[in-house]
Amino acid sequence: MAREKSVLLEIKDLHIEGRVDEKWIEIVHGVDLTLHRGEVLGLIGESGAGKSTIGLAAMGFARDGCRISGGSIEFDGMELTSTPESDLRVLRGSRIAYVAQSAAASFNPSHKIIDQYTEAPVQYRIRKRMESQEDAIELYRRLRLPNPDEIGFRYPHQVSGGQLQRAMTAMAMSCRPDLIIFDEPTTALDVTTQIEVLAAIRDIVDQFNTAAIYITHDLAVVAQMADTIKVLLKGDEVEQADTRTMLDSPQEEYTKSLWAVRSFRSAQKTPADPSETPVVSMKNVDAAYGDIKVLEDISFDIHSGRTVAVVGESGSGKSTAARCITGLLPPTSGTIEFKGEVLPASYKDRTKDQLRQAQMIYQMADTALNPKKRISEIIGRPAAFYGNLKGADLKKRVDELLDLIELEPRQFYERFPAELSGGQKQRIGIARALAADPTFIICDEVTSALDQLVAEGILRLLDNLQQELNLAYMFITHDLATVRAIADEVVVMKDGRIIEKGPKDEMFTPPHDPYTDLLLSSVPEMDPDWLTTLLEERGVDNVGEAARDHQS
Amino acid sequence: MKDVFGIVAKRLGLGLVTLLIVSIIIFGAVEMLPGDLAQAVLGQSATPETVEAMRKELGLDRPAPVRYLDWLKGAVTGDFGTSLANKRPVAEQIGPRFANTLFLAAYAAVIAVPLSIGLGIMAALYRNSVFDRVANVATLTSISSPEFFVGYILVLFLAVLNPLFPSISSLSEDMTLAQKLERTFLPALTLVLVVTAHMMRMTRAAIINLLASPYIEMARLKGVPNWRVITHHALPNAWAPVINVVALNLAYLITGVVLVEVVFVYPGIGQLLVDSVTARDFPVVQASCLIFASTFIILNLLADVGAILTNPRLRHPK
Repeated sequence: MAREKSVLLEIKDLHIEGRVDEKWIEIVHGVDLTLHRGEVLGLIGESGAGKSTIGLAAMGFARDGCRISGGSIEFDGMELTSTPESDLRVLRGSRIAYVAQSAAASFNPSHKIIDQYTEAPVQYRIRKRMESQEDAIELYRRLRLPNPDEIGFRYPHQVSGGQLQRAMTAMAMSCRPDLIIFDEPTTALDVTTQIEVLAAIRDIVDQFNTAAIYITHDLAVVAQMADTIKVLLKGDEVEQADTRTMLDSPQEEYTKSLWAVRSFRSAQKTPADPSETPVVSMKNVDAAYGDIKVLEDISFDIHSGRTVAVVGESGSGKSTAARCITGLLPPTSGTIEFKGEVLPASYKDRTKDQLRQAQMIYQMADTALNPKKRISEIIGRPAAFYGNLKGADLKKRVDELLDLIELEPRQFYERFPAELSGGQKQRIGIARALAADPTFIICDEVTSALDQLVAEGILRLLDNLQQELNLAYMFITHDLATVRAIADEVVVMKDGRIIEKGPKDEMFTPPHDPYTDLLLSSVPEMDPDWLTTLLEERGVDNVGEAARDHQS
Repeated sequence: MKDVFGIVAKRLGLGLVTLLIVSIIIFGAVEMLPGDLAQAVLGQSATPETVEAMRKELGLDRPAPVRYLDWLKGAVTGDFGTSLANKRPVAEQIGPRFANTLFLAAYAAVIAVPLSIGLGIMAALYRNSVFDRVANVATLTSISSPEFFVGYILVLFLAVLNPLFPSISSLSEDMTLAQKLERTFLPALTLVLVVTAHMMRMTRAAIINLLASPYIEMARLKGVPNWRVITHHALPNAWAPVINVVALNLAYLITGVVLVEVVFVYPGIGQLLVDSVTARDFPVVQASCLIFASTFIILNLLADVGAILTNPRLRHPK
């Protein structure tokens, strides 16, 4: 990488405030940042670290309810904190670009992709419309989008998520900016899609020698992308170093804890006795939404005290399988057995006891908890409903449950969900499932909305509960690190079918089914050369093929 | 596009069913009026013989379902029977009156719809500014006052104190369009004032509702100027609720103008309805009600179709 060493962006002592209940509270406390031309800086940290806020401040932008309250932001000799809004707008249109987390939400659904590409260059007279369209097609080609000549003339909803994310990267390049802010650009994508996008971003940033700030919470991803890494915690800088140094020898305790997070493994269990009746058994289940077939011939068993991880990319049918088990979506054929006894297909026909035995924990604890109810009511209701408990007995049971999830009962009893952190909310979700005293719990992506440290805590808790209460888990996830941590058995799904299933150890040792192989090898590793090596192994064209596979 | 046609066809079918149910309700309501029609028309002093003769003449001796089907058959072909008051065909009587009402509604709509959508966009663009607040207060004041009151206030200021426009809006056949427009300016203005607030506030709310979406933030971060963010990025996604409110208000302009027509002595269908109720001219009442109901249903249908057509997901399926 040829590097011009001149400084492009210099942020000094940046303070940002956010408005909470009519009061301004400081959320970024004096952060410094220097970025040279052509350099990629990784900003990492957990949610609330101020990564996105700082990234947007580098464009002189503060979201509604935020303001830049102190410090200086100097972009190529221009002081952004004192530049009038109209000049800042020109700067954003032409010299600093932004790539958002969810391309699906960040493209305007009413306009064609290419019209959104040409908007800024035409507005700022950098290119004429036709020129800009040709330029877009050229960039789409370089980013290895399928049908580059035609894809831009589609509407956003007609294009897959990974392709949209690449189209958005192209859009950021439309005015050939000096600086691009990438705000978690691959977080919403499946691992196999993520690789294509990462490779595309890296290539294009390299080709145009664009400087970039790469914001993410995923260390393995940032290791592939950044020259330098800055770690943030609650609006303060923890440390900064070049990528290799940071990975090999982090200095601060907090950084070390982030690095160590992926080390959790549940204790090895003896394989389930095949002669024992499984808790849940799906037998040749087919299911459909209307006329569209979504599951085909799904069979697997879950034994008591064991965890079966169901993995696959979005649209593979993982959650649909769970909906069949719970009876929310009656299968079109096949049966679901519970402890050897066939369950009625629809939850409406199941007995209260059958319903009690299978509970669910959801991905978004935020939306799964009623915001108007106190914690005692949220947990108390299923306990009262299934256990027929009242008064003092009920309170005792709720206290017990709060103890189980390691939250101090007296502190949480009267609180509302909004007063809890993300991890605490997820714990309440777990307690609510336990309140029914189930033998089987479906965990649907329960850790994917959480920061890694918090997620690890939840996994440990689930593991402890399993040992204590002999629970069977069906663990739905797209994250293979989570699978490694907690699963006993793995079921790999794709397009509504089971590709491969078996004990975890077998699944993580070759030989695999080619799809499992693709899935496994696509999980980013902490080695900064991982992406380069992988792309060489697969060959560049192979990535393109994977993209086409994904589209079909 | 096949999906769109399917959805539109389904909405059309539902509209027809609704209309059928409404026709039953209208017929039933008139049927359920105390006493019977012949008695009501002839008054208390009529002898039983004359009432019986009248019943026969009106066909009231036949069972209600038969009469309903007869009426419905006529209505479908545009024949609403004959008026009891003057024995002329109802259709002949309603036709010109309804045309007048449509004229006034169109006049008001042509002013009110662009005005309120424009004001709504401006209010969203300069939200919480003085302009936003003044526009809100002014339109809310006009919607909160009864329309006959608004009408009289306008007459006071624009016809009596400053004789700019006529206070009585009677029309005649030989008027030119310009004369008609001048004659009906005050009732049209009254209607504009009454319907603007609702449409304006919905436009403003629908746009502001979208301003927090990621694609609006993206547009701002692409350096798109504020006005263009609103008109080009927010408005195209805000059409569905706006279209619905516009349709509701257009329907109101046609069906809800009775009071305004009375105030300005305007020969519209609302006036006719009021007169027919007083004269117990039930065939005219039934026909007017059916026309009002159809207007409502057709406009809502158009709104649904409009909302479907502004949705890019339906317009351009995968």
